[in-house]
Amino acid sequence: MTESLVRNDELRNDAQPNDALASEGQPNDALVIDGVALGSRLIMGTGGAPSLAGLGAALTASGTELTTVAMRRYAVDGAGSADTNLFALLLENNIKVLPNTAGCFTAREAVMTAELAREALETDWVKLEVIADEHTLLPDALELVEATEQLVHRGFKVFAYTNDDPVLALRLEQLGVAAVMPLGAPIGTGLGILNPHNIELIVARAGIPVVLDAGIGTASDAALAMELGCDAVLLATAVTRAQNPVLMAQAFKHAVIGGRLAAQGGRIPKRQHALASSAMEGRPDV
Amino acid sequence: MARTVQDFSTIGTPSSDVTGADAASADVAVIGGGIVGLGIAWEAQRAGRTVTVIDPAPASGATFAAAGMLAPVSELHYQEEALLELTLASAARWPEFMASLPAEVETGFNTSPTLVLGADPADRKALADLRDVQLRHGLDVVPLTIREARAAEPMVGPHISCAYRVEADHQVDPRAMAGALRTQLLRSAVEQGRTEPEQTLVPQTAAGLLHAEAGNTHSAVTGVQLADGTEIHAREVIVANGLGAPQLAGLPEGLVLPVRAVHGDILRLRVPAHLRPLTTATIRGLVRGLPVYIVPRGDGTVVIGASSREDGSAGVSAGGVHQLLRDAQVLMPAVAELELLEMTARARPGTPDNAPLLGRVAGLDGRDIAGLIIATGFFRHGVLLMPIAALVARQLLGNITDLAWQPFRPDRFSPTLKPADSIGQHSDPTDNQHSKENP
Repeated sequence: MTESLVRNDELRNDAQPNDALASEGQPNDALVIDGVALGSRLIMGTGGAPSLAGLGAALTASGTELTTVAMRRYAVDGAGSADTNLFALLLENNIKVLPNTAGCFTAREAVMTAELAREALETDWVKLEVIADEHTLLPDALELVEATEQLVHRGFKVFAYTNDDPVLALRLEQLGVAAVMPLGAPIGTGLGILNPHNIELIVARAGIPVVLDAGIGTASDAALAMELGCDAVLLATAVTRAQNPVLMAQAFKHAVIGGRLAAQGGRIPKRQHALASSAMEGRPDV
Repeated sequence: MARTVQDFSTIGTPSSDVTGADAASADVAVIGGGIVGLGIAWEAQRAGRTVTVIDPAPASGATFAAAGMLAPVSELHYQEEALLELTLASAARWPEFMASLPAEVETGFNTSPTLVLGADPADRKALADLRDVQLRHGLDVVPLTIREARAAEPMVGPHISCAYRVEADHQVDPRAMAGALRTQLLRSAVEQGRTEPEQTLVPQTAAGLLHAEAGNTHSAVTGVQLADGTEIHAREVIVANGLGAPQLAGLPEGLVLPVRAVHGDILRLRVPAHLRPLTTATIRGLVRGLPVYIVPRGDGTVVIGASSREDGSAGVSAGGVHQLLRDAQVLMPAVAELELLEMTARARPGTPDNAPLLGRVAGLDGRDIAGLIIATGFFRHGVLLMPIAALVARQLLGNITDLAWQPFRPDRFSPTLKPADSIGQHSDPTDNQHSKENP
């Protein structure tokens, strides 16, 4: 593990009030992955976008600084402008590209796709997706571990898309991934976070950034992910297939900020009995 | 949207100073012989102009692949309401356009309805939500029970979640239509005294535009230079060669034509005699969030399409074919019994806002450059939008500008080119989306 990775448990455990967080800029709360500071904790995907201009508007509205692109679905073509080329569009909006291996079913395919991405995009970051089958699109744990080992060995900074399995998440961290990305629910389902307890457990034990990836349906799902202690949220479908992607992107921008603040603000315990917000003690006896 | 039509006086009565006998000239030169280029050429010829269509392989691109659905209602997408106005206008114009062709010409045009099906409960919800928007725009989308849908089309499988009937969505056979238009162009040319087919259909590649002042790309366009150096002189040049448009030499400096290749895989299958008709209506489905359609043809074949890929691969995608057959079988299980005749992949010319680049181009002084009309970037809607593109081009040839279509101007992505007449211009045709000059 590289030292540049911020241990997020310091933010998680001592809920220090941070005035800077109150502002939207959050200057002291950057997400740092592989030494790169990201001002936004919302990572976007591009799949399902209705139009290139619509995608650009949604990404801008989301405030994202990192966006993942399926290398199997978009040809990397140096030609073209932001009007014709997705990669030029991201560049123009100062959004860093996180290539992903979506559509790969074997470790071999994933490794080759990652190599292709590294060559074409000159980045050693890769979001590793190794899918078991097209019905669930769930990660294949064995192929994922195999591909992770190979990619880390080849010098990639691996963002591992994984099941919401605390044991597997820890194994991936031990293998040297830069971030673990457990799913909230299967890709594209919009079912939200089906096992919040497992996400909490993954976060509690992780020494690297945890990014909730997949299954997000609406803003409250993203806020919950942040409240559970995740360092960032990645989503695509919830914005790109929304009726108004720009509005939804804004909603997620605020939800992620809100969830992050709530996680650090320190929530009250849940009680069975009511407790008046103005306590009885100390009231003048009239 | 404001609709102002200026000066109908010149329509249909061009003052041709180009003689019909001159092989290398015409009133109108059209670069690109796809469905849009051919349609514009026919419309111009009908208005009395001589035309030359330049294409080394006419109707071999997106037109060759297209299923030919004329479906403004079921193809409505969120955030594309402005485009809807154009697609509805074009759909309304199809019968009139067909009436311009001799009745015996085979084009596959028919007005059978479209049946929209959803596969799973989420598809049902997605189609119901879309119907709310369709109804808000006054479109007619009739919900059917699944029993009613299957009574109308018994080959529809039992495992669907919802069904709608759209009476207004029709179809045409783009290959037959393109063939019919080429035949008509040649026939009418003979009546104009242009007896050589090469005067009308030039099987060569256009290299660039000719200008009144050599080296000044903002001067009037006066013709087309072919790849072999030959010049074809014309009073007006129409650029309708899809993805090839930005590569033409001599386009006005500063003009950005942002078209990108969005490939699609599409299948043609023969229905065995014992299964005919597989369907009489066009079937459009949403299967676990993915669109698929089955379009019946009069000759007992069906067209199943279409994937949408930006992977840059021009060949047929095995994954794309698999997805189409898998999803089509959910809607109609008997698809598995069909004979697979053809798998085709072609590129659609996609634009940033999914709307076409249609109209004249502003010069640096803000006035439209004479002699040049752009008609490209029709993306998924080339066949549907052909008649309106032809009408817009005919009006522009007659110096008529319909302000309703100004949002589709081809210079809307060109920051340095601003039309002087600003009414309704440079607004993005799709709401809430942003083009570069209109953030």
